[in-house]
Amino acid sequence: MKIGELKTDFGNIKDLQLSIGQAKEEKWEEPMGPTPFPSLTTLREWDKKLLERYKPFYMPFCDMCCLCTQGKCDLTGPKRGACGISMPAQQSRTVLITVCIGAATHIGHARELVTSISEKFGKDHPLDVGGHNVEVEAPLIRLVCGIKPETIGDLDEVLDYLENQLTQLLAVTHTGQEGSSVDFESKVFHAGMIDQVAMEVADIAQISAFGFPKAEEETPLIELGMGAVDTSKPVILVVGHNVPPAVNIVDYLQKTKLTEEVELTGICCTSLDISRYTPKAKIIGPISWQLRYVRSGVPDVIVVDEQCVRADLLIEAQRIHAPLIATNQKNCLGLEDRTNDRPDDIVADMVSEKVPGVLILETNQVGEVATKTAIQVAPKRKKMGFFPKKEELKEIARKCNQCKECRRSCPNDAAIPEAMKAAGKGNFALLEEMYDECVGCARCEQACPQKIPIHSMILGAAQEKVKEEKYKIRAGRGAIQDIEIRQVGGPIVLGEIPGVVAFVGCPNFPKGGKEVAEMVIEFAKRRYIVCTSGCAAIAAGMYKNDEGKTAYELFPGSFEAGGVVNVGSCVSNAHIAGAAVKIASIFARRNLRGNYEEIADYVYNRVGAVGVAWGAMTQKAAAIASGFWRLGIPVVVGPHGTKYRRMLLGRRDKEELWYTYDARTGDKVYTSPAPEHLFVAAETKEEAMVMIAKLCMRPNDTSKGRAIKLTNYVDLHKRNFGSIPDDVHLYVRTMADVPITMKDEIVKMLNEKQWKERTIPDPTLLPRMIRKAKVKV
Amino acid sequence: MANNEAWMTAEVGGPKRASLITKPEVAEAMIRRARRPILVIGHLAAEIEMEDKKLIDYVIDLATNTGIPVVATAHTGNAFLGRRFTPASIMSAVDIGNRLADPTWKGIDGNGPYDLAMFAGLPYSLAWTLLSGLKNFAPHLKTMTLDNVYHPNANWSFPNISIKDWIINLQAIIRDLGE
Repeated sequence: MKIGELKTDFGNIKDLQLSIGQAKEEKWEEPMGPTPFPSLTTLREWDKKLLERYKPFYMPFCDMCCLCTQGKCDLTGPKRGACGISMPAQQSRTVLITVCIGAATHIGHARELVTSISEKFGKDHPLDVGGHNVEVEAPLIRLVCGIKPETIGDLDEVLDYLENQLTQLLAVTHTGQEGSSVDFESKVFHAGMIDQVAMEVADIAQISAFGFPKAEEETPLIELGMGAVDTSKPVILVVGHNVPPAVNIVDYLQKTKLTEEVELTGICCTSLDISRYTPKAKIIGPISWQLRYVRSGVPDVIVVDEQCVRADLLIEAQRIHAPLIATNQKNCLGLEDRTNDRPDDIVADMVSEKVPGVLILETNQVGEVATKTAIQVAPKRKKMGFFPKKEELKEIARKCNQCKECRRSCPNDAAIPEAMKAAGKGNFALLEEMYDECVGCARCEQACPQKIPIHSMILGAAQEKVKEEKYKIRAGRGAIQDIEIRQVGGPIVLGEIPGVVAFVGCPNFPKGGKEVAEMVIEFAKRRYIVCTSGCAAIAAGMYKNDEGKTAYELFPGSFEAGGVVNVGSCVSNAHIAGAAVKIASIFARRNLRGNYEEIADYVYNRVGAVGVAWGAMTQKAAAIASGFWRLGIPVVVGPHGTKYRRMLLGRRDKEELWYTYDARTGDKVYTSPAPEHLFVAAETKEEAMVMIAKLCMRPNDTSKGRAIKLTNYVDLHKRNFGSIPDDVHLYVRTMADVPITMKDEIVKMLNEKQWKERTIPDPTLLPRMIRKAKVKV
Repeated sequence: MANNEAWMTAEVGGPKRASLITKPEVAEAMIRRARRPILVIGHLAAEIEMEDKKLIDYVIDLATNTGIPVVATAHTGNAFLGRRFTPASIMSAVDIGNRLADPTWKGIDGNGPYDLAMFAGLPYSLAWTLLSGLKNFAPHLKTMTLDNVYHPNANWSFPNISIKDWIINLQAIIRDLGE
């Protein structure tokens, strides 16, 4: 409120400004910690502790900087750019830009959800992610912001903070700001942390508003795969991450009693989220399925929202005569804004192909337009076949002149020329095999001078596989229940549950999604707690064992040893980080409120969690990983992950890096290189599995727990690498740590390495956590 | 394609690009000159077929003839052991890359830093980024790839050559260094 000038009986008032923030009764009794709403530098010292252990190994993806007009600058080796920036700083600056893009995407997504939910349900709509089963409803918001949100409206304050921080972080990347790579890295961690909070905001808002599963253990099994679609019905495809338009489609279908008449299918996180809204929705696949599903010609209308939508989807949609509806300001695709037109007029224009698609920015219209369009377009389109038939493949393949440009453009260096050669002779086996490992980018087609539709040919050769693509995935459950945390908190912290392994992120897999499913099954069998989210969750369901069952049918959906827990879409990743934080809060009774450093120290030293982003590709995936790093949770990526430009690697051969405080005595004691790395790329699935088992070790493991973890590590190493690992002695602290079944070979190694027994500390990196300082004489 | 074009079309190199190994003698001279060479071998070595042998068989011949230690990345150790060859160490590609970038690292045997690292059998894009890290941050180290594709970020690389030419080159190097 501003008052320029006011004359009253008691005097004149000039230029009075009065602002009222939130006037709200404080009910939360937990004392405020030291760092509510941390700024860019509040947690800098914590970051530096981690970065001292896990020094960045930069692998420049480009030797130049081209961000200002003084450039391009050659930064190779020790050279500095015109602005004075060094190569390490430029690399970390680029990482920060990447992570800011990812965080902005989640923050923007969260803001849009909260705004639309506030308008529809009111700001007082209560947050409810699991009723009485989830008392700690927003662990990350509590931890970072120091507030306990109760309503949708309470999330505004959180979003204000996130938007402010993001603006500051992006400003850091301007010419002539930060010059130190370590400080850039600290800010990367900060961006990752706010990204995690944004994901939590988005998911708890949509769970509360749309009635998604509320931390239920056994959510419905959802049909998955292109073969699961009933193509005799009109088919709607939704693609993206922002679910309200898809929710509107479901509501319209229900209102008009057309649910059984129209197939609602989805790709990527919108499909995961709409299957949390209705189990009748079908998931087609991860984002790498976009092109193959559209080119199949099955979808009659395509509805896109935001994030990870192919930029050429409108062109592809036109090729199959499927109208496209864009629904989000961030992704208008050049389409005419028809938000204020009558739905029937819009439908008529699309059905007649007068327009290839439309932009509709009012969610409430999308359901009607999409449904009516699909119903009217479907009869005309069903006659169309879009994959090349097998008899056509041979003729097309003969055009190939073996120039190898396709292979040179393939991210996975696939042997396309060889497959073309065989196809030209009528043997389509190699092309068909490629279907399983193709990431669906179609760069091969862009490269081909003969204009051979290589991607479509792979699909044509694999038509039988496509028809058989029928799987089951458990719908995303959202949060982890407090009671589950109570039950597993002890075994995790003591190491008796060998670890929590979270398979997250995109499908830029080196050898197909099957590897994710295989890893999920391997670790679930070994009684780890396995979590999944996003495209990795979908990929994990697209593989059946010999009994014809997917991981989701083989293992329970509860957060327990041997469980396979699909938390949901990308934004549901917050619940995985949230579970780690809740262990500190619910099991260990540490205060969460604005207490980031202490909780991160707890998680880092005690919670054997590892994130695996096997096909990490996007900026969001980089942001998600960064959030885990600041909590001290290591992340393993596939071989393409080195393109993120740097790893955060520990050095097990440098003993001095692995000293920690014993909180009982204040002594600095050698622990183990556990976890050895904070961000590391694995070359193959086999290497990733060994790495995951190893990275689950934590300084706090009891001997029983360490023995269980070592059993898994050594066994996987022997199975995949053919030998006992040469660093086992570093992880054995006392003889009680040695797995009984491996005693002979490990003791032999201990003797060779002149191993000495050492104490198991109450580990902390924070001097202030020492309970009894050692008296120095 | 030109001899010194990156194998993956878009992975163009920076201002500093690898010199070509135009004949086996070039690689031989580099290896002979090195005081502390090391081989880093990725999992594709056990998959890439080179007529009646695999790349890993040539690597074993080279290592056996020269005594150069081998670091097996990923699950390549299994393939080496299956051929009764014990690598000096098993380490992830980024782990060995990180150590090679450290001029104070004493090496696997503790006898001091390496001065020549030779790579083969790693996925192209992984090798590309790894070699970029070493190009920029390991001035004490020369790098060479033994793959049959051009790697701009190495100091020395074969051009993009056929399997046949690759075999001829590797056989010559193994033979000449064994003499």
